[in-house]
Amino acid sequence: MSRYLAKVDVMPKDGISDPQGQTIERALPALGLQGISSVRVGKSISLQIDAADEGDARRRVSEVCARLLANPVIESFHVVVLPL
Amino acid sequence: MVVFPGTNCERDCALVLERLGAGVELLWHTESDLHGADIVVLPGGFAHGDYLRTGAIARFSPVMDAVTTHARSGGLVIGICNGFQVLCEAGLLPGALRKNRGLSFLCRWIEVRVCNYGTPFTGRAEQGQTLRLPINHFEGGYYCDESTLAELQENGQVTLRYEDNPNGSLEDIAGITNAAGNVLGLMPHPERACEALLGSEDGVVLLASMIDSALQAA
Amino acid sequence: MTETLHRDLGLTDGEHELIVSILGRLPNITELAMFSVMWSEHCSYKSSRALLSTLPTEGEGVLVGPGEGAGVIEVVPGAAVAWKIESHNHPSFVEPHNGAATGVGGIVRDITSMGARPIALLDSLRFGSAGGTRTAYLASGVVGGISSYGNAIGVPTVGGECIFEPSYENNPLVNVACLGMVETEIMRGRADNPGDLVILYGSATGRDGIGGASVLASAELGPDSSDKRPSVQVGDPLTEKLVIEASLELVAKSIISGLQDLGAGGICCPASEMAAKSGTGIRIDLEAIHLREADMAPFEIMISESQERMLAVVSPERAPEVLEVCRTWELEARVVGEVTDSGLVEVVVSGEIAASVPAAALASEVPLLKRETGRPEWLDDLRAAPNGDDPHSDLGACLLALLASPGEASARWIWEQYDHMILLGTVLGPGGDAAVIRLPGSAAAVALSLDGPGRLCHLDPYEGARLAVAEAARNVACTGARPAAVTNCLNFGNPEKPEVMWSFQEALRGIADSCSALGLPVTGGNVSFYNETLGRAVHPTPVIGMLGVLEDATAAVGVAFRAGGDVLALLGLTDPDDFGGGAYAAVINGALGGSPPHLDLEREGALHRLLAQAAAQRLLSSAHDLSGGGLAVALAESALAGGLGFRLTAAEPVVERHRWLFSESPSRALVSLAPENLDRLRAAAAALGVPMTPLGEVGGDTLDCGGFEVALAEAAAAHATHPFGPPTAF
Repeated sequence: MSRYLAKVDVMPKDGISDPQGQTIERALPALGLQGISSVRVGKSISLQIDAADEGDARRRVSEVCARLLANPVIESFHVVVLPL
Repeated sequence: MVVFPGTNCERDCALVLERLGAGVELLWHTESDLHGADIVVLPGGFAHGDYLRTGAIARFSPVMDAVTTHARSGGLVIGICNGFQVLCEAGLLPGALRKNRGLSFLCRWIEVRVCNYGTPFTGRAEQGQTLRLPINHFEGGYYCDESTLAELQENGQVTLRYEDNPNGSLEDIAGITNAAGNVLGLMPHPERACEALLGSEDGVVLLASMIDSALQAA
Repeated sequence: MTETLHRDLGLTDGEHELIVSILGRLPNITELAMFSVMWSEHCSYKSSRALLSTLPTEGEGVLVGPGEGAGVIEVVPGAAVAWKIESHNHPSFVEPHNGAATGVGGIVRDITSMGARPIALLDSLRFGSAGGTRTAYLASGVVGGISSYGNAIGVPTVGGECIFEPSYENNPLVNVACLGMVETEIMRGRADNPGDLVILYGSATGRDGIGGASVLASAELGPDSSDKRPSVQVGDPLTEKLVIEASLELVAKSIISGLQDLGAGGICCPASEMAAKSGTGIRIDLEAIHLREADMAPFEIMISESQERMLAVVSPERAPEVLEVCRTWELEARVVGEVTDSGLVEVVVSGEIAASVPAAALASEVPLLKRETGRPEWLDDLRAAPNGDDPHSDLGACLLALLASPGEASARWIWEQYDHMILLGTVLGPGGDAAVIRLPGSAAAVALSLDGPGRLCHLDPYEGARLAVAEAARNVACTGARPAAVTNCLNFGNPEKPEVMWSFQEALRGIADSCSALGLPVTGGNVSFYNETLGRAVHPTPVIGMLGVLEDATAAVGVAFRAGGDVLALLGLTDPDDFGGGAYAAVINGALGGSPPHLDLEREGALHRLLAQAAAQRLLSSAHDLSGGGLAVALAESALAGGLGFRLTAAEPVVERHRWLFSESPSRALVSLAPENLDRLRAAAAALGVPMTPLGEVGGDTLDCGGFEVALAEAAAAHATHPFGPPTAF
């Protein structure tokens, strides 16, 4: 068993309305910032996990994501796993 | 009365302040001129939906330049609930407001103790007086680092403390002023406590004191 | 296009044939999608419309009855309010937070579309048993959604109910009611003048809820329901708040001639309904609509249920003013079409007609269905089953168990999450019988209550519905208000089943009878069918939204005891056998059987009149309706609310003590009053023929029920039991 660091990005699913992202996007020109579009807001979660190997770590973190960290109805997630 | 998209307590505040003798002008956030106002009010609500962080987007609204100038030259500013959050994000008050300890939105009547009777907002408060005011927030837990807290206490900037801390605020802090004392931020809603029929008249103590101070300065 | 595509969209072969004959040809995909949403149960009310016409809808003060965005009632001369309830049941099962939030959004827009400023919300929530696997998740999500949306748009949520019952395990019910104050004129959803322009403003249009109406709400939920995921919409309360302000400004300045909100059925719905009502047509240019997603097909744009959008009709000369108002409120607004005299809803893409359907066919001439009804075979056995009135040796423990039960325990954990104070009108907030909201700029107030007794309707849909109306009216009457108008949300199972349709018909009969007897018009409401999973329907659950009028807001009476030394009295008659379907039966004896309590509508009406009179004459310190758990629970609740105990000193009743204390007869109220007012109350009660029984007095720190005593502190601890806390076995 080894310890791994996992970083999870949870984002609104494609096609789902993201009022936060839209509001931030609309506010940016007022700060004098142009040329920014497609703002989407999610959350980043980091955790450590004991696993047999990277694949095992990824599989188990993905399970945690599907069941708790992300709401599969409206969110998608992306997992990055690094050995510690 | 500064109104951001998503502000929703401006009509309540205006009604109450007018009844107390003040003239109130609603100022949309894109305005840059305060039209000679004596007092600037940042009322409660959900400016910009509270998206990203409460008050984070609002602090960049054009009107905030004028509010900052007014504050730095000693003009009276009161930030209520969301207004308090905006003032902290804008750097006009130190610290930040975090999610309630119970991780739940809280709308309830509480009591605060006045800790500083010498501010422009507490002139009418009597020694030892507690005020019955309602809170209505998800992010009301006041937080600042140790050195800031030491400063606040030394300068007498802590103005109101909760009798029974409902949200995990550091040192039960419910409201603070800036060092100069002309800017007050508080999480409770004084405008909701100005009529006995609705539950309390204690909010008048703060709002009438504020109007007194403005009249004296004029 | 396959020959059976219409079936995938929820249309029967018979409906498809009818469509072909209406058009004189086969419909194209866009037209088929439009028919599928407009002819869905949710949009067309095809199974219920004929039966709904049996409800009384006229009355003094009704300015707008059913058929518009919301009913409008004149409360006192010069002050009119809009009042309506709606459901968002299926979306809340799939995604509780957003399902409930968008439910709030929808009803708020309905109220706003009448030119009324939303000033109060109430919610009626039903979930499975508190210990159920999904219940905590669903309940927290729903409450969180209502809280986050309602609070952000600045409308106080001031009351409602939350019931936990196995029947709703896989079919939560989320019904939200909204009260609005008409500010200038009453607006309607009309498109009267060919040549007028149609403007769409608010959020951009995306793929939210495509097929939501017909697919989601018109079919039962199955084990794969979570795959209907893309259909759930996400709410944006920031935009909603701006939409409310912009809409009210448009009405105040008399700029527009018609206004309707977009909800189920997307833009297709207001377009066809407004045109059908006016006998005109509407042509929509899809390329003018501001979209959130690229490459949307015409049918997707037409039926998308993206939230926070309104459709306004305006003369060409004044159209720029609409766009300007929207611009100042930082809202997108586009001219998307015009009113024609064709009677058709026409959809234009790149200058070509992509769909053309008679508006009446979509909206006002939907083929109604005459569903079969059949009394369930199991009903007789249920009526013969024990009604749960068995006595118990420790009545103190019974009282504590009832106070701790999810049905009677404090709902503070819910309503402290709702802003119930904004707008400075909440005279009586959550935690009592009804909320009392003072109208802006007026001395008058309205009292509001939501009540829906599903267990009683399970035993007898007719009697249960009759009782529901009486209960809601009584809750409002206890505050001193005169019950004045009803909105109803009818939550039932699959209407294709004769048993369900029978219970629907019976419930309507009950509502009609009670409303007629009490002089209450039904000004509008909502029907939600298909609340069933794997063949198990929810209990027939008609939720009654009662509105009452209190001419002087300062005369409002709450449920809390106010002063030690006040005397206690019971108004009304107690029938010792009224246990069927009640809380005592469920909590103490685990029973659901027998018949619902007996209701005499004349006695009920007399009680309401007495309560209004007593309040106006300032005779009462408190008044509390008796419902779940009967007299004992009502006494305890009033004591807990006031932080004051009581002592029952009246003579021992002739019947068994548990019957006296826990029977759930209707038409009763518990009042407390200063001793010097007792004679006047007695006289008033006698004049109206309402029995009055002195009980004892307020005071002390125990609940002294004569035969037993419970410490106030112990009762408070029981009452504070959170439904998802550790289970307390009884």
